[in-house]
Amino acid sequence: MSYQNFRIILIRLHAQFVKELLCILRDPRNRVVVFVPPLLQLLIFAYAATLEVRNVDIAVYNQDTGREAQEVVWHLEAARFIAHVHHVHSNTALREQLTQGKVIAAITIPADFSRTIAINGSGHVQVLVDGRRSNSGQIVTGYLSTIAKDIRFTANPVPAPETSVVVRHWFNPNLVYLWFMVPGLTGTLAFFSALMITALSIARERELGTFDQLLVSPASTLEIILSKSLPALVISTLLAFLMISMAVWFFHIPFTGSFGLLLVGLILFILSAVGIGLVISAISMTQQQAILGGFVIGVPTVLISGFATPIENMPVLLQWLSQAIPLTHFLIIIEGCFLKALPPWDILANLWPLAAISLTTLPMAIIFTRNRLQ
Amino acid sequence: MYTAAIPPVSAATEHDKAAIVIDQLNKHFDNVHALRDLSAKIFYGRLTGLVGPDGAGKTTLLRILAGLLRPDTGHVTLADFDVVTNNDAIHVISGYMPQRFGLYEDLTVIENMHLQAQLRGMDTSQQTALFTRLLDFTRLAPFTKRLSGKLSGGMKQKLGLACALMARPKVLLLDEPSVGVDPVSRQDLWHMVQELTGEGMAVIWSTAYLDEAERCDSVLLLNEGQFAFDGPPGELTQHLRNRSFRLEAVGTQRRAVLAEALDLDSVSDGVIQGASVRLVLRVGSSPEQIQMLANRTGAQLVPVPARFEDAFIDLLGGGPGGTSALAEHLPPVELTTSSAVSCHNLTKRFGDFIATDNVSFEVHKGEIFGLLGPNGAGKSTTFKMLCGLLKPTSGEAHVVGLDLRRAPGIAKAQLGYMAQKFSLYDLLSVQQNLEFSAGVYGLGSNIRRDRIEEMISIFDLRRWLSVAPGSLPLGHKQRLALACALMHRPPVLFLDEPTSGVDPITRREFWTHINGLARKGVTIMVTTHFMDEAEYCDRVAILYRARLIALDTPDALKRDAASANCPDPTMEDAFIHLIETSALTDEIEI
Repeated sequence: MSYQNFRIILIRLHAQFVKELLCILRDPRNRVVVFVPPLLQLLIFAYAATLEVRNVDIAVYNQDTGREAQEVVWHLEAARFIAHVHHVHSNTALREQLTQGKVIAAITIPADFSRTIAINGSGHVQVLVDGRRSNSGQIVTGYLSTIAKDIRFTANPVPAPETSVVVRHWFNPNLVYLWFMVPGLTGTLAFFSALMITALSIARERELGTFDQLLVSPASTLEIILSKSLPALVISTLLAFLMISMAVWFFHIPFTGSFGLLLVGLILFILSAVGIGLVISAISMTQQQAILGGFVIGVPTVLISGFATPIENMPVLLQWLSQAIPLTHFLIIIEGCFLKALPPWDILANLWPLAAISLTTLPMAIIFTRNRLQ
Repeated sequence: MYTAAIPPVSAATEHDKAAIVIDQLNKHFDNVHALRDLSAKIFYGRLTGLVGPDGAGKTTLLRILAGLLRPDTGHVTLADFDVVTNNDAIHVISGYMPQRFGLYEDLTVIENMHLQAQLRGMDTSQQTALFTRLLDFTRLAPFTKRLSGKLSGGMKQKLGLACALMARPKVLLLDEPSVGVDPVSRQDLWHMVQELTGEGMAVIWSTAYLDEAERCDSVLLLNEGQFAFDGPPGELTQHLRNRSFRLEAVGTQRRAVLAEALDLDSVSDGVIQGASVRLVLRVGSSPEQIQMLANRTGAQLVPVPARFEDAFIDLLGGGPGGTSALAEHLPPVELTTSSAVSCHNLTKRFGDFIATDNVSFEVHKGEIFGLLGPNGAGKSTTFKMLCGLLKPTSGEAHVVGLDLRRAPGIAKAQLGYMAQKFSLYDLLSVQQNLEFSAGVYGLGSNIRRDRIEEMISIFDLRRWLSVAPGSLPLGHKQRLALACALMHRPPVLFLDEPTSGVDPITRREFWTHINGLARKGVTIMVTTHFMDEAEYCDRVAILYRARLIALDTPDALKRDAASANCPDPTMEDAFIHLIETSALTDEIEI
């Protein structure tokens, strides 16, 4: 290829690149739409997608009048995770509270509770937990047993000669859920941003009739795809940057790994998302189809990526499938870079699948766009 | 404003009663005064044409008549019901067909009709006779099971009409029913509507096609929100008696002659008609100047009857001049090959369906070549293969001797393309659109700056540079699209229904440029539904049922269509004649 030809290709690419950027960012409303919702979502989801249990209500049916029983009630009322303790006076009322979902757990203190403690040094209370909210229920059970332990200690100050296990959590010693939620969300939101920007790009031009105009120009399909990839890459990477900065300076999540490696991972990750988005766009005839396509691909992708549930618990088939999803690999990279200073070779092990996915989806987008010409 | 007394159409008293009375009607949209002090009466049993260029307020007026918009001030009564205070009655008594009738594309023809009937609270099982009648009337009976999305443009309009007629309205409002409809289907629609007015219905037919105005019993000419004329079309054309002329047998000189004639101060308007040039003189001008022109070019000057379009252009103060600043700036096109565009046994199949069947022709340098055909005849498919938007199943297409499949980049750099649908980037400003067009054709920064500057001054775009193309006035949109298509000075220009829905003045300006370009040697490929525009072409190819059924000069095609009934056929007559003869031979073959 002569220098002259190369220069003309560069001019064409530059014109298209500017056009794409302007299409996304020229309109002030569009600018807001591209950047603000993901950042807001990060803020909202970071607090909404919590696994901690707070502000729950509990029902207590206290049949005992003794001091120990009262002690239990006081402890419950003082517990920080409980918003309200409902006192009921019959088993029926207790059941009602639970079945109507007004409380997450219902506690019955039997009439002989204080007496049994006086004789045996320990007593029993019945705890009924709402199984419909299994996760929170389990956590509440855990909290309640801690309270029970405290009471036993007050009732019987002689420490029990038991071997206790002391648990120490690595990487996130206090199990702050924000520490793993925010990096994960960053990946997910950046993925959706890149997917949607590109999914709409060709479909929009088809719908408006400008795509024909582009196709009759000397620009080749490769150039068209290239010039549609770059602006999305720039914008989504910038967005991910903003979210990472928020994680570090707003959520104060320790960043222990290599920033350079995270950046390489981020670019490959966005590129693979861009490839998927362009394939969707190449197939779609209208923007509506493209948006639907984005969701049909996007939502399962997030669910299978291991963002919310561990991949190890999935059926084997889905575990394989998850390896073909860019988000799976990027989640390992970003969570690793934040919390556990993931060493370079571990990052590399997740970088090459990202590169492989990009190298599959981007050529696919070119082929699909070309085939649509028939 | 010319106002003519309305003569009685028939003796029946019912016909003398006004179906619609418009009184001092005003409508604003934000800052735009869309309708200004309109007053008029529309009568039963008469076809009233609501004629005017795009953006004149036709749709706004129709929507007010149909009770879908409230007027700001003034009153409208339809069959004695006020459109505002008696809104529910309006929907019962009137049928309204919007520009794009709300057909459900995923339902079949008959399902669409059932749905419309049910929406009007009719029991479909009781109405088989009505359906049969409507299907017969619209000649849609053979297609009842077809999805309406798969119908041609003309058939969709007929189905829309059938749906609008469902409730047997007293007043029928049709908003541009003939846009995107080929002449044959257009004729069908006319016959249907004439039958309805014969039954005593009041029909309003809105249109931007001025030739349609001539067929109406009465015309309301709307321009910039005001009635410029109200009366029978003949009344208006009378004012132009002895002002319309034809320069006959001008031959190959006709573009130069037209350009020269339009620049004369005595000429207000002019168009090309095959090998002739049709001219309209200004009020009070003598034919002296054009007689001299005729003598010099060896043409014959013949007086011809005035058309409605002449009168309309005259009302607006005449058409644009004949010199194209654009063409003046272009260097003459030099081509090494003799044929600018050619195709050989071009065929396209979509599954079982053959869209283009073995089409071959050759277009010479500097020729204006028209591709015509009814909806669905394969015109667009052929056109798209010629400019590289579709791959032929078999056969070849060449542009400037280059195969679009083998050397796409180089071949595509030789062609300019302007689509039917306005296809500029509305998210970019006018300036940015120009920059993009220059860039995507690989113009380096110096040439790019010069060319953009040139286009801005030629097309007078300077004050619009920072706005979105979508908010430009229609004429300027057209100019910008042309500027973008010509930025790289292509020797071949493809125009896909370039003036669909464009007013006559803008259309004339557009053709002034096209004629100028052709004189500089630019080859023009054009598809169109306007038979007037076919007259500008050097040669016309007519496609029907995927095949090329005729290829000749417009005059030759008209000559062939001449018969005892129709000694001087128009291009439209010629077109219909060709389609009908071809359909007849098809039947004989079967």
